Amino acid sequence: MSEFVTRFDSLNDYEKGHIEIINDKPKHYCFSNVFEVASGAKPYEKIAVAKNFEYVIEAIRAEGKSSWMAAAHDEFCVVMDGDVTIEFVKLDHPESVAASDKEGTVPVSGEPQGKRMGTIRLKRGHQALLPKGAAYRFDSAKPSVMIQQTLQGDLTVQKWAEICYR
Amino acid sequence: MNAPPEKFPATIAGYKTFELGAFTFSRDEYFVTITWPVQGGRRQSHTISADAFLRALMRDVAWGFFYGVVNFDPVFGTRNLYGKVEFFGGRLNEHYHNNGLSCVEVFDTPVTMKLIKEILADWVNEGFDPFAAPMETGDAAFGVKHGDNLKAIDRYRVPTKRMPGLEGDSPLRGDDNGYPINRAFADVAQDQPEIHAEPGFEKELHGFNLFAYLSRSDVTWNPSVTSVCKNSLFCPTTEEYILPIIHGNDRVEWFVQLSDEIMWNINDKDTGRPRARVLMKAGDVAAMPADIAHQGFSKKRSMLLVWENANPEIVKMYESKQLPPYPVEF
Repeated sequence: MSEFVTRFDSLNDYEKGHIEIINDKPKHYCFSNVFEVASGAKPYEKIAVAKNFEYVIEAIRAEGKSSWMAAAHDEFCVVMDGDVTIEFVKLDHPESVAASDKEGTVPVSGEPQGKRMGTIRLKRGHQALLPKGAAYRFDSAKPSVMIQQTLQGDLTVQKWAEICYR
Repeated sequence: MNAPPEKFPATIAGYKTFELGAFTFSRDEYFVTITWPVQGGRRQSHTISADAFLRALMRDVAWGFFYGVVNFDPVFGTRNLYGKVEFFGGRLNEHYHNNGLSCVEVFDTPVTMKLIKEILADWVNEGFDPFAAPMETGDAAFGVKHGDNLKAIDRYRVPTKRMPGLEGDSPLRGDDNGYPINRAFADVAQDQPEIHAEPGFEKELHGFNLFAYLSRSDVTWNPSVTSVCKNSLFCPTTEEYILPIIHGNDRVEWFVQLSDEIMWNINDKDTGRPRARVLMKAGDVAAMPADIAHQGFSKKRSMLLVWENANPEIVKMYESKQLPPYPVEF
């Protein structure tokens, strides 16, 4: 048995760190915790936990089946806790879902039109490519937590004052 | 008045002495001594432990001088001007600078890179790996010159175009290509995503175990890109002991602590004055503002996701104070 124990926290067992201020303000560090954010989130609410100009990292509570989504650029997700399956469809007309200059995740209305690409099942620590031109939806039997690398879009929720140390 | 010598011997304890512009670099059994000219025609000297200096210099080589300022310690460092590089002694230490003891000199990057690679090649002894944690590499950094470790100092940030493992992109890590699981991550699951691609889409669906990939990192404090979303780069890294530099930001960067914990000392970038200490645990997310310098302490090897915006234009926007140094107002 290893002498080391690697600690990955989870939705049901997390311990948030802290800031010791010497000469600054806590809010300058936008300090949050993805498990805490997900614990208070609606399923598939895309809550920004990091923002750098147009780019964001969103914390997502995966629970049940999501609606279909897509983007005009690559996105990526990493499962931080739980078990999430992603279903993909290659869109016949991706520009009708998201114009080429559209930023962030967009909802796909109704069933996506295109060929089934397959599925990826992710567990803790697994990362998947959400390729541009594909519609995708998530499915998770139990509450799980993901982070998503994308651009700020119509579905991005910002509530910094609620999630960050002030 | 007593003062550091103008010239050092060509070799000390078997190690060559180097010069870069007005700076001199010499090392002995335990220490590196740097000198630079100051007011009154004198020279200012500065001493850094040899292992700490070599760990910091290794990052400058591997990262191509990185983003912003690489402080080797509170006195000496480098600043990336992207095409040129600034070496400074005392410039970002208000006591040295306000007393006329600082020196700044700008060099062309390729020439400078060549020289610091020569320093590393000469000063890194056999058995010392400047990328490794102290418990892995021991005290081989010290003593009179004995051998070299050219293989260890020839590692760089892994360039990834989209995501590791995709056709034509950077490779995944495994036993078969020289990346065994690190001793501190022996308990990290090595399972992989279950990918069920329909015929014709085998190369379009892609996933991998990021945590397993990181458990096989053979370096510490050396971010490598694992996903590219335009200029948004996920640059995770594994961290143990002390970040060998105090990184002065020239833009906002973000940290997502993926496992275990890191304590960060935060100082003002321009003066070095302490501003905060930030303890990040697994799942925590924090911004590092554009006007701070930070140094991390990781008591157990941990996984940290460093998130960078690679757009070069934003550096000028922060420098010109067009933007607040903080990423979000609330």
